[in-house]
Amino acid sequence: MVYIFQQALNALQLGSIYALIALGYTMVYGILTMINFAHGDLFMIGAFFCFLIAVYLHLSFVPTLLLSMLGVAFLGVIIERLAYKPLRNAPRVSAIITALGVGLFLENFTLALSPYPQHIPPLLENTTWTLGTLSISSLQILVIVLSLVLMLLLDFIVQRTKAGMAMRAISWDKTIVPLMGVPVNKIISLTFAIGTGLGGSAGMMYGLAYPVIDPYMGIMVGWKAFISAVIGGIGNIRGAMIGGFILGAVEIMVAAFFPSTYRDFVAFTLLLILLIVRPYGILGKPQPQKV
Amino acid sequence: MPLLEISGLTHRFAGLCAVSDFNFIIDPHELVGIIGPNGAGKTTVFNLITGVYKATAGSIKLAGRDLVGQTPHTITRSGIARTFQNIRLFRELSVLDNVRIAHYGRMAYTPVEALLHIGRFRAEEKRITDLTLDLLSMFKLDDMANEKAKNLPYGLQRRLEIARALATGPKLLLLDEPAAGMNPNEIIQLMEFIGWIRQTFSVTIILIEHQMRLVMGICERLVVLDFGATIAAGLCAEIQNNPKVMEAYLGVEVAQ
Amino acid sequence: MPKLSTAYHKLLEQWHTLTGCKYFWPVFMVAGLLFCAAASTFEFLDLYLQLILIYVGINIILTVSLNLINGYMGEFSVGHAGFMAVGAYVASLLTVHVFPEAAANILFPLAILAGGVGAAFIGFLVAIPSFKTRGDYLAIVTLAFCMIVKSVLENIDAVGGPRGLLGMEKLTTLPWVFFWTALSVWVIRNLVYSNFGRGVLSIREDEIASDLMSVDTRQVKIIAFVVSSFFAGIAGGLFAHALQFINPRMFDIIKSTDILIMVYLGGIASISGSIIGAVIYTILLEILRPLGIWRMVLMPLMLVLLMIYRPRGIMGLKEARLFMPLSDFLTEKLWRQKKKEANDAST
Repeated sequence: MVYIFQQALNALQLGSIYALIALGYTMVYGILTMINFAHGDLFMIGAFFCFLIAVYLHLSFVPTLLLSMLGVAFLGVIIERLAYKPLRNAPRVSAIITALGVGLFLENFTLALSPYPQHIPPLLENTTWTLGTLSISSLQILVIVLSLVLMLLLDFIVQRTKAGMAMRAISWDKTIVPLMGVPVNKIISLTFAIGTGLGGSAGMMYGLAYPVIDPYMGIMVGWKAFISAVIGGIGNIRGAMIGGFILGAVEIMVAAFFPSTYRDFVAFTLLLILLIVRPYGILGKPQPQKV
Repeated sequence: MPLLEISGLTHRFAGLCAVSDFNFIIDPHELVGIIGPNGAGKTTVFNLITGVYKATAGSIKLAGRDLVGQTPHTITRSGIARTFQNIRLFRELSVLDNVRIAHYGRMAYTPVEALLHIGRFRAEEKRITDLTLDLLSMFKLDDMANEKAKNLPYGLQRRLEIARALATGPKLLLLDEPAAGMNPNEIIQLMEFIGWIRQTFSVTIILIEHQMRLVMGICERLVVLDFGATIAAGLCAEIQNNPKVMEAYLGVEVAQ
Repeated sequence: MPKLSTAYHKLLEQWHTLTGCKYFWPVFMVAGLLFCAAASTFEFLDLYLQLILIYVGINIILTVSLNLINGYMGEFSVGHAGFMAVGAYVASLLTVHVFPEAAANILFPLAILAGGVGAAFIGFLVAIPSFKTRGDYLAIVTLAFCMIVKSVLENIDAVGGPRGLLGMEKLTTLPWVFFWTALSVWVIRNLVYSNFGRGVLSIREDEIASDLMSVDTRQVKIIAFVVSSFFAGIAGGLFAHALQFINPRMFDIIKSTDILIMVYLGGIASISGSIIGAVIYTILLEILRPLGIWRMVLMPLMLVLLMIYRPRGIMGLKEARLFMPLSDFLTEKLWRQKKKEANDAST
């Protein structure tokens, strides 16, 4: 029982990281119907920004978090402006391939500058409480609480603010909304900033929770976060959160009860089954085909 | 025996009844129009006949054979072809290929023969290409055989779509608003054109239309739909003076 | 500049008569095969150059076969490396464990073929979800499939688990690569210019309209996936016997990304584009090798620039006349002649 509870806690931790990254995928998809495959690498950049700030500026936790989120958000907006904006009216796959290219560029650029894995110095004192065999670390609690706060904040922005309304409007209809005076480019930049900023925060949390970071860490985590977004129904923000927690739970539980090498196998088989049963994800709605 | 016999056809989408209890019979060589205001369920009827949507209830029989539950391509192969309200050509493909695709079900070679270009492949391809070019020249499209479909002017795209539908070798042709976007002159030409098709290819035609002038001009009978229900059916003259139809089209006050 | 342009047109005309000749391809094939055989027996090309050519060939097979799904059919498959893995493992297991060592050389084509068939079977399984799932969701299905293949291979000790398989002889030679490359290009070209190929194209253009125009979309999807994965399997087998060791990590998503880049670099729905894409990508990577890790920074940058200035790739949706079947031109020519004669006779 305690064991299961322990694993559930681990699942929440991993799940919240997946969910934070998945949000970036889903937000960009919702607004541009484009899969930003560079997003996993922006997550990696977030971890490296955090590393740089912690090592060279010696800032404490909160400023480091804010600065690295800001840095990644800025990078995200620049990438959108330079690489994706010219392709808004091009075939969809061109944008996807561009995103893959940007991702490779970020990975290899980081690798060229930092050929060895790095360690993020502990920014916070990590205390571990033990209750019998159950052990809870303050870091674990922090990751879970912080991601929940960020997600609630995002939900608030999207559902309650004017900018959020504009985002939802653009994802609903791309031809009419600009005519209504919505500044489309600004809203798209804002979406990228928020989405990649969340990814950056996830990078930092990942770096603190599993302290070794390397330039290729974004690939696998990124793809898995993407899968989370699809499980939830891509384009759906609440779906991405749910998807992240589901995938985290599945991975941790498989690793807890089977040999850990089966983790990917079981996780992906479940994904396949889910997609065959519900081809549009958990919260996604099937688009009615118009004839 | 009637060519197409539809009885009790009903289709519900998410609680909404798009078509309810639709009954319809058409004999060979007839030309019948389906009219009704926007959202009356006309195109849904075509989608149900061609198998794009699955009927919630009811039966559709083509020359006695039930079509409900079959896939669109088997229905097309058994002799029903259609055009679309918003032209749906294969835009990046040539005019020739657009029409050749419609022969898919009648190519006599196997995938292996296709992969190695052996056996019946060459003869079949030549046969189909000749047939297609003949058809295109009947539609005065043969000079554009190698043009991409998207480069054709609007009127020719409509014509190509009809040619493509006829290439599947239908007994029953379903035309979904063929006059959309045409001016009165073009509509008169279209009326002649539809009559010519009916004669030349000896097909039965069901026509969905908005433009009263067109339907009244060429259809023998009409069926009027409103909110998925059949509100009137009969000869053109009867329909014209039916108060229910006027109500559906013009609103309650005028009809009274 | 009129002289230059006339000269160019003359040259083009001669090129067209040359490639329009019935014997162009057979002669090219025999000459190419002879050249490759001579190069590998007399070693007038050094081994490094031969190896690069071998990789060019393998990459052409991968690119052309993926283009069938991603370019001609318009889906977005990211699982091509998975099919390649199946082919590589099946072929390697056969040559290492099953075939007698003495006959490995002679039975090699059989092993490659078996690899292709194994991959084609898996391709058939992947085609089934494609009946209902499209677009991004199908992309995820292929991705998941690729990951499943990798993690299954990692968990089977009989094939070496995560360490992989060793002990293949270097059986992939230049002539064999030439043969399989030519075969795959020819077969896929044939498929594209047939009834089924037109079905594949019509699915890309408009799947519902295609079904309504009597195309059996399920049959078409099965054919496309089976043929595409068959050749990916062939490429996998050749790859395994060129490198002489394989492990599951070689066939992960990064490998798939590589193939995707070659496809979209060369251009979708184009055989000539695929060949150009594979050749440029493979050779450029070799030329830039002195740059070390920075070449991996430069390559994606060039890809992004290409996509911005030429979003459809080098040959997107275009085809060199060389790869179109002659019969296509001939039928039309004959038909026009017939029509003209009929017209003349009537007037």
